[in-house]
Amino acid sequence: MKLITVAGPPSSGKTSVILKLAEALSIENGKMGVVKFDCLTSFDHFRYEEKGIPVKTGFSGKLCPDHFFVSNIEGSVNWGLHSGFQLLITESAGLCNRCSPYIRGVLSVCVIDNLSGINTPRKIGPMMKMADVVAVTKGDIVSQAEREVFAFNIRQVNPSAKIIFINGITGQGATILAKQVQDAAEITSLRDSRLRFTTPAAVCSYCTGETRIGEEYQMGTMKKMEFKGDRV
Amino acid sequence: MSFEAYMSWVLTTPLNQIMDRYPVCHDFFQNLRIGELHTELTLENALSHVDSELLQEFGMEKHDILREFCEFLTAFGREAEQGVRVRTVTILGGTDKAGDSEVKEWSISVGEIISVVGPTGSGKSRLLADIECLANGDTPTGRKILIDGRALSDEERFYMEGRLVAQLSQNMNFVMDLTVREFLEMHARSRMSQNMEHTVKRCYEQANELAGERFGWDVKVTQLSGGQSRALMIADTAYMSASPIVLIDEIENAGIDRRKAIDILARKEKIVLISTHDPLLALRADKRIVIKNGGVNRMIDTSSEEKLCLEEVEKLDAVLYWMREKLRRGEELKRELLVK
Ligand SMILES: Nc1nc2c(ncn2[C@@H]2O[C@H](COP(=O)(O)OP(=O)(O)OP(=O)(O)O)[C@@H](O)[C@H]2O)c(=O)[nH]1
Ligand SMILES: Nc1ncnc2c1ncn2[C@@H]1O[C@H](COP(=O)(O)OP(=O)(O)OP(=O)(O)O)[C@@H](O)[C@H]1O
Ligand SMILES: [Mg+2]
Ligand SMILES: [Mg+2]
Ligand SMILES: [Zn+2]
Ligand SMILES: [Zn+2]
Repeated sequence: MKLITVAGPPSSGKTSVILKLAEALSIENGKMGVVKFDCLTSFDHFRYEEKGIPVKTGFSGKLCPDHFFVSNIEGSVNWGLHSGFQLLITESAGLCNRCSPYIRGVLSVCVIDNLSGINTPRKIGPMMKMADVVAVTKGDIVSQAEREVFAFNIRQVNPSAKIIFINGITGQGATILAKQVQDAAEITSLRDSRLRFTTPAAVCSYCTGETRIGEEYQMGTMKKMEFKGDRV
Repeated sequence: MSFEAYMSWVLTTPLNQIMDRYPVCHDFFQNLRIGELHTELTLENALSHVDSELLQEFGMEKHDILREFCEFLTAFGREAEQGVRVRTVTILGGTDKAGDSEVKEWSISVGEIISVVGPTGSGKSRLLADIECLANGDTPTGRKILIDGRALSDEERFYMEGRLVAQLSQNMNFVMDLTVREFLEMHARSRMSQNMEHTVKRCYEQANELAGERFGWDVKVTQLSGGQSRALMIADTAYMSASPIVLIDEIENAGIDRRKAIDILARKEKIVLISTHDPLLALRADKRIVIKNGGVNRMIDTSSEEKLCLEEVEKLDAVLYWMREKLRRGEELKRELLVK
């Protein structure tokens, strides 16, 4: 079975890209599955089911979805193997920009859209920097110049990624992504594989449920901004 | 230069020399929030003055930065040195939706304008997509695309995919909050343009020539009128886009000179493919590709008879243009003025 991890900011077009990729790959019905990692709610399963793609959804609730991802990816892979999939895709909505659900040796795709602001690629962090492929959506509504500058900004952060423009509505560009997927490695287990990037060194009192504001409630790993010398 | 060559250059050259040569390097350090660097030193030495805790936030150690900086230079150096150059694109035919063969082989060269016609659902977009993804018998049509007469190596293919084709369509808008000048400079900078000021100026003038009404340097691109935006997009694609092929999905009648618009692209050594049923554009093309049931059914060289038709169409178009102008100025139309 091949495994691909797809991540990207909310509403960037991850589901659209995955659905167009599935069309371009023309995999036999039922031989490809999706696991969606989200925080609170998701309607994506309707769209996958509509296309006959088996889907499982997991909600991280009060955890960071990427921490949640790491603790559930092995289970997802086992589900895929038992279901006899040729391809398993995970879709996660990266939220904190510091996480990235990418595993060494597993094809990783970051989906980002052209509307999100020209400097966004420079701000996204590991989710973009550690990806093998950066899929850029919504190019159909911005100018060529903006697409080129956007790609330039992506290349600054991740010079070795393959940048693919994909129209999530018409599927234009999905064939290029499909070629990358065809070359992706086969896996039989993820036991002892490693993440490409550490998840944040959090665990402060707020991680564990503290809601009160004030120094005396702050414990664990904390980081303070400097306001010294600024006008008061 | 190779990665190794950049590495030995970086290890022995003061950073300020490297940054003068490639100003884009400033962005690399900004992305890492490294503000004050001792650029009179080599990068390796300069980094020993940088707070290592900051680097750790980005998950990096000093040697990672050195390596990533050289990867950055390799990528952008290549961009500045070669870009994507194409003289001809050859399409080796595949099959239509019924599995029958289409036109076996045809080519298009820089400076040529090709129109693509066919009913809805016939496969026009598929053809354009086959070219864009450098099809190699791996799409539903079975077409193969050759560049400059030969199949590409895997490495060339990897580099070219996604950079080959620029697109212009009616739905496109500007979304960046920049003035015309900032916008053009930003694009020029991303192309690592040698002669930035000159290119920016030429592009601005050309856009103003195409647009009915002039616009200034300091207008926000988002505030341009429909015709002005389209004119700026076309001039920008002609003068600054990295891609040798331009796909145009109709140019609406937004008060710009459509014929001049595609001529500019052709003159700037682009291969222009235009999907249109507008006689003015279709007949201006050198060739017309007719798509039927998914396959290229015919190729028509625009004949001298058709060129004469084009002259008639242009007269009609001039009349329409004139009428629009009158309406715009709030005047009334008179029949007798139409006859001449
Ligand atoms: N115009 C345009 N719209 C797009 C494109 N790709 C996606 N969209 C639209 O963007 C919206 C969000 O797309 P989704 O695929 O649901 O995004 P997502 O990343 O899966 O979203 P979440 O899973 O909710 O985080 C939808 O309305 C899509 O139709 C594109 O290339 N062009
Ligand atoms: N030779 C072919 N073999 C198999 N399928 C094809 C072939 N050519 C086109 N198709 C498929 O037919 C469908 C319609 O084609 P396409 O979208 O290119 O039409 P179009 O001419 O662009 O239509 P419109 O004018 O509505 O934009 C697509 O799904 C495309 O992949
Ligand atoms: Mg989704
Ligand atoms: Mg079409
Ligand atoms: Zn996180
Ligand atoms: Zn916390």
